[in-house]
Amino acid sequence: MGKLITDEIRSWIGRADEPIRLEVSRRDIVKYSLATEQLNEKYLRGDEAPPMFLFGTDRALTPIDELGPDGLRRDPLLPDLPLKRVMAGGVKQRHLLPIVPGDVLLIRRSITDIYDKQGSSGALIFIVYDVSVTNANDALVMQQTQSRIIR
Amino acid sequence: MPNLKNLKVGDKLPERDHHPTNVSLFLYNAAIWNPHRIHYDERYTTEVEKHPGVVIDGPLQGDWLTQVVVNWLGDDGQLIEFEYSNRRASMLGETLTSGGTVTSIKGDTATLDIFIRNEAGDVVTPGTATVRIDA
Repeated sequence: MGKLITDEIRSWIGRADEPIRLEVSRRDIVKYSLATEQLNEKYLRGDEAPPMFLFGTDRALTPIDELGPDGLRRDPLLPDLPLKRVMAGGVKQRHLLPIVPGDVLLIRRSITDIYDKQGSSGALIFIVYDVSVTNANDALVMQQTQSRIIR
Repeated sequence: MPNLKNLKVGDKLPERDHHPTNVSLFLYNAAIWNPHRIHYDERYTTEVEKHPGVVIDGPLQGDWLTQVVVNWLGDDGQLIEFEYSNRRASMLGETLTSGGTVTSIKGDTATLDIFIRNEAGDVVTPGTATVRIDA
């Protein structure tokens, strides 16, 4: 473990958010599909959600006056780190069931790893999250591993 | 659309150019409720976070990677799993190209290398995908 990761930061591994309940609407699927310039009609009609539709839904919505100077909402599942600039790192995602309008999903997020690394432009901290999504029948819909880079 | 009988390792998926704009990044970040200023506030992005320009979202590039796959599959298969890594930031004004290659075929399952490449030819977001192709 690198010197940036203290025992206090490391103690965050295993912590989880309050689960988020998401009602999937056709309009939200259509908005996402148009914004990402999908070509497939089933996405543009909102019949089914594109694979990355749920990105960002694992975090609670925050009032504007609670956003930080970088515009980001304070993430209750992000420890106080010696580095502050947040970047997307990557995603690994497995799909088990299609997501369609009317689905009521439960999204659970937890921290599975925190480590640091020396990048070409300086030190980087990686926070790795596990995100699991189940439907109203408690069936697993999607399993995701997501990393955020703090520089 | 892939045909399992004719599919070969090394087959290329159709490439697509992406020309994100201020408007398309605004709509994307509104759709995912992402208020991070590096995606719309050029002055903040360059002066405070020291990026050379407004940053194209990493997950948006991830979405484009999935589109390479699902547009190729059409109604003839399913995307089972994928992963990608945002290796280098890309800025508004750049044209990015998505594409992929078949790397293995086993039964009805194929694996793919997928990529986002910048105008200099550098892969900024590499990834892989696993798909099931209908017989």
